[in-house]
Amino acid sequence: MAFSVLASGGPNCKIFSGCGFPAPGAEIFQFDAILSFSIGGLTFNVSKVTFLLLLAVVVIIGFFGYAFRKPKLVPRGAQNVGELGYLFIRDGIVKETIGKGGEKFVPFLFSFFFLVWILNFWGIVPGAQLPVTSIFAIPVTFAIIVYVTWVPLGIYKQGFVGFFKNIMFPPGVPKGMYILLTPIELISNFLVRPFTHAVRLFANMFAGHLLLATFSIAAFYLLTFSVIGIIGSAASFTLAVMLTAFEAFIQALQAYIFTLLAAVYIGSALHAEH
Amino acid sequence: MFEFATILAAESEEMPSVLAVPLDELIIGLIAFLLVFGTLAKFVLPKIKATLDERADLIEGGLERAGKAEEEAAVVLAEYQKQLAGAREEASAIRTAAQADRTAIVEEARNEARIAAASVTAAAEAAMAAERAQAVSALTRQVGELALSLADKVVGEALSNDARVASTVDAFIADLERAAAK
Repeated sequence: MAFSVLASGGPNCKIFSGCGFPAPGAEIFQFDAILSFSIGGLTFNVSKVTFLLLLAVVVIIGFFGYAFRKPKLVPRGAQNVGELGYLFIRDGIVKETIGKGGEKFVPFLFSFFFLVWILNFWGIVPGAQLPVTSIFAIPVTFAIIVYVTWVPLGIYKQGFVGFFKNIMFPPGVPKGMYILLTPIELISNFLVRPFTHAVRLFANMFAGHLLLATFSIAAFYLLTFSVIGIIGSAASFTLAVMLTAFEAFIQALQAYIFTLLAAVYIGSALHAEH
Repeated sequence: MFEFATILAAESEEMPSVLAVPLDELIIGLIAFLLVFGTLAKFVLPKIKATLDERADLIEGGLERAGKAEEEAAVVLAEYQKQLAGAREEASAIRTAAQADRTAIVEEARNEARIAAASVTAAAEAAMAAERAQAVSALTRQVGELALSLADKVVGEALSNDARVASTVDAFIADLERAAAK
């Protein structure tokens, strides 16, 4: 957090020195462009976010490309680890939520899980220290990709009328209830779904990062030769370490939830709900 | 409250909201996903899928083979048990037959021995009877001759040529024989 601390208050901003607590805000999610270029009138800003995004792509392709370069019937080393990931997606997510006909979507969901996880994971990697998914545009991109996958898929599989009928008129409900239920289903499935899908991931990562930054800055800010300073600094530091461990868990969990929801949406497009 | 509002206002003036979605970030995010998805789906994951399928096939094939072997073993066991039962039956039949044979052989030997003993006894008895008859006849003749010679001496004359004497002697001998026969 050294960079954030310096950026927030400077090295001399300490308690009892007349400097207020430099609480981290939205500025820790803003990065200056290292490089800008323009294609067709649109300016692309290459920043830390872009760099970490592409690094995640390289890490994922690199690791799985290496692990599965020459797969053996009896797996060893990296292949074992890679297979664990593949089986987790195939058996733990796809077979459980999509079931029949889901095998085709394993690469799609596999890519999402590992991309989201690694992007989250940058949040606790020293030097990177930014969960890229806390930049709202990234989860929005992913949610849009999932949305433009499952909606056309549902129309293709169930027919235009069938698809909307299955979602807006769930079976097994008294006829009168449709007056209430149909608008709710329509709004919740087509408008709220993609929004919550993106916001759930973004908000978790954003809040987690802010919390980590706050306690890291506090540990630095309180570190003075005074009773309150030493106790407060030690407590903040301990909390920052514990929160880092907690974040590691949340990062994997959110990647799992994002992928699981994508699988549920694809499943609802493949098979009409009962 | 007032302070908080001014901070928010100040921030919104200075920098874009954290909820902003710039188009360039959207496009870069899309490119990142397509790179990962394209590479993994086209080049990386089909390999591991093929390997996993092959492994599953191998395991299923192994299980099938094991099942078949088990079935075969069961058939062989049944056959073996059938053979064993047959052999046991045969052995018991042979034992029964041998028992019967032994009884028959013993019985036959006993019969033969009895017959042989009987024939030996009969032969001995016949021989004894013949010897006895011979002895009796020899003795009778000798006694007759003895008596005759004694009578010769007693009477002092030769009676041998006399027909009467001869008939007397014959009667005597017949008497002797009758006595002996009794």
